[in-house]
Amino acid sequence: MYVPASNWSIAISLIIGLILNFLPLQGDLLISRPDFVALAITYWNVNHPYKLSMSVAFGMGLMVDVGNAGILGQHALAYCVIFYLTLIFGRRLRLFSLLKQAPQIGFFLLIMQIVIILIALSNGSALPGWRYFLATVTGALLWVPASFLITLLLRPKPDSNAL
Amino acid sequence: METAPQFFRHGPGPLARLFIFAMLSCLLIAEDTHFKYFPQLRQAIGVIIFPLQRMAYAPADIYDQVEKIITSFNLLEENIKLRQLYLERREQLLRLAALEAENTHLRRLLGAIQEIETTTKTKVVLAEIQYTPRDPFNHKITLNKGSYHDIELGQAVIDDKGIIGQITRLYPLSSEVTLLTDKDHAVPIQVVRNGLRSVISGTGKNNELELRYLSVNTDIQQDDLLVTSGIGGVYPPGIPVATVLKIEQDPMGDFALVTSTPIAGVDRNRQVLVLSLAQTESNDSQEMSTIGSGTN
Repeated sequence: MYVPASNWSIAISLIIGLILNFLPLQGDLLISRPDFVALAITYWNVNHPYKLSMSVAFGMGLMVDVGNAGILGQHALAYCVIFYLTLIFGRRLRLFSLLKQAPQIGFFLLIMQIVIILIALSNGSALPGWRYFLATVTGALLWVPASFLITLLLRPKPDSNAL
Repeated sequence: METAPQFFRHGPGPLARLFIFAMLSCLLIAEDTHFKYFPQLRQAIGVIIFPLQRMAYAPADIYDQVEKIITSFNLLEENIKLRQLYLERREQLLRLAALEAENTHLRRLLGAIQEIETTTKTKVVLAEIQYTPRDPFNHKITLNKGSYHDIELGQAVIDDKGIIGQITRLYPLSSEVTLLTDKDHAVPIQVVRNGLRSVISGTGKNNELELRYLSVNTDIQQDDLLVTSGIGGVYPPGIPVATVLKIEQDPMGDFALVTSTPIAGVDRNRQVLVLSLAQTESNDSQEMSTIGSGTN
């Protein structure tokens, strides 16, 4: 199943991911919010490898960093890492069903979060609590409906002239 | 638009690319945390993502509108209540004015040098918290007012209970507040009970501040209220900052370990006030108002 992915759909999905990342949430909802941009990057790399360039992932990371008021380059590096991992293992992932993909995606998200934490720690921050990793779990859970939805939206429209 | 997969790719492979971008990220991180040569880069990206942040904020705006319509039904009742409150406060304010006049008079009698401006006149801008970062090690929030709304760098941000933090980054239509709990943030304070002056700093943990370099025999007790001392000119004097949580007297060390909790909370409410000590008179905007005694 290799549906064409236009540059437009990639751009739109990344922009929607950014907007969802910037949602003004608070408390438990905020801490368990998955990283939508990372999920979008993962989706394109797994299902349509080499459509997305690593520089795009880097740029998205910079935007998230500025929006987050964090260290510039923190998410940029993390997104590049998850970009690399999903590009390398994406082909293998496509052999599995969506449900079986989810925990493996969770593993990539975990590595990404560890990269983010390592950068923060090297800058003298305190270690965050275990709840910080809730985002990995919600991200893995969201993988199934999200990738199902994007694939559904990408499906070519049936030609009205055809039988 | 079917594109054939490219078999012979040009350019560096994924690992080489990762290496290049990792180097670039490390350079950026070092630049951002230590050297700070290009503050404009962050400004430029901030302008690009502003419309996206605005869009993300739209659901909250709609919620506010709906809430406004619902609350407008019992506005009359609230109006009466607020009027009563206003009268009560008015009376207090008059007393404050009298006290202030008396204070300056007494100071003059004593021949004391007025180091700190005793006027409580401050300009206030009401702002809303637009975005709180997800990362718990990131003690910063974004407000929906920026340099366009006369907000300046270094202004103090408070809520109805006390100090929240200080404006540290300014964009045209939004601004960034470093919270009290940030590890690089310090506020000059005074203990209400005995007037002891010190500096309180963040620890990088949520809900924890510490008083550093207080000697073991310092007169400080649990539940002492700490307010801003006004020294340094960033924070107006007398605004609550924290209460002392616990004091550990380590017999081996020279200093007491004083931990305290901030009084104001950022996770509790969305509206905050941005204070400026500058005496600029421009009260044409609706949301700007001048509070204070206004006697001298």
